[in-house]
Amino acid sequence: MPTEQEVFEKIRAALVDALGVDEDEVTPDATLVGDLGAESIDFLDIVFRLEKAFNIEIPRAELFPEDILTNAEYVQDGKVTDEGVAELKKRMPFADLSKFEANPLVQEFGNLLTVNDMVRYVCSKVGA
Amino acid sequence: MRWFWIDKFKSFKRGHCATAVKAVSISEEHMQGYFPGYPVMTPTFVIEGFAQMGGILISETREFRQNLVLAKVSRSKIHRYARPGELMNYAVNVVSLQADGGLVEATSHIDGELHVEADLTFAHVSRDVIDRKFFEPVGLLQMLRVYGLYDVGVDEDGDPLKIPDYLLEAEKTATGAYF
Repeated sequence: MPTEQEVFEKIRAALVDALGVDEDEVTPDATLVGDLGAESIDFLDIVFRLEKAFNIEIPRAELFPEDILTNAEYVQDGKVTDEGVAELKKRMPFADLSKFEANPLVQEFGNLLTVNDMVRYVCSKVGA
Repeated sequence: MRWFWIDKFKSFKRGHCATAVKAVSISEEHMQGYFPGYPVMTPTFVIEGFAQMGGILISETREFRQNLVLAKVSRSKIHRYARPGELMNYAVNVVSLQADGGLVEATSHIDGELHVEADLTFAHVSRDVIDRKFFEPVGLLQMLRVYGLYDVGVDEDGDPLKIPDYLLEAEKTATGAYF
């Protein structure tokens, strides 16, 4: 079973290869979109690399809950409702949603995920 | 017209890896324009060759029934240029093969020297997004035969690859229309 540090190092390697960033840019607090410049197609690349590196399966809806963000039941006027935020928290217990919760604009969601969130997610999958 | 960016497969193992060669000829049209007076193989066409190999490696696992696109070249490095008269040896390895696509690593060597390397990401395209086949069966089978896929390709057990029935049927129907 890998340690959290080993998980971080493998994720960092995957992000360096997938995004063409330097190792020192991949800090725990860096956001994938805002800080590391990930675009939507990069997430497919990242997921392929993580699945291979950790021998795990990553259901796409766990990391990218588009079904919630496009559901009229959970979104009103471009913002995720309280029920929607509750659903996101249930789906993504590894992610820190506190900042998003303060102003839950759907368009901001993509900029939410940090390297640390990815580490927590993978740790929950591999039992680290 | 379809552009062929490899000359032939040298080996092919289903869903795992493939090697191929491409000879560089001065008579290829693109050779004249990249650096006028200094003909070289345009490096992006080398990557296109990798993409054709990777696409065939991934698509073959589903009998070429699902549309696949090159989604991203995530890393590439050109170490030298290929000149007329040289032979490029391509090798493509599947790093990850998933329901929604795959990731491959590719290299080209010339006389044992690293020429180009790249990582390529592929994505299956849902029929909800594009409701047509990218390749017509007859043209696809013709290309696979030209590349020698069924001359060298083997499945997971090392047995020769079989041409999917629907491709053979399409070819038979088309041939029947002419003769």
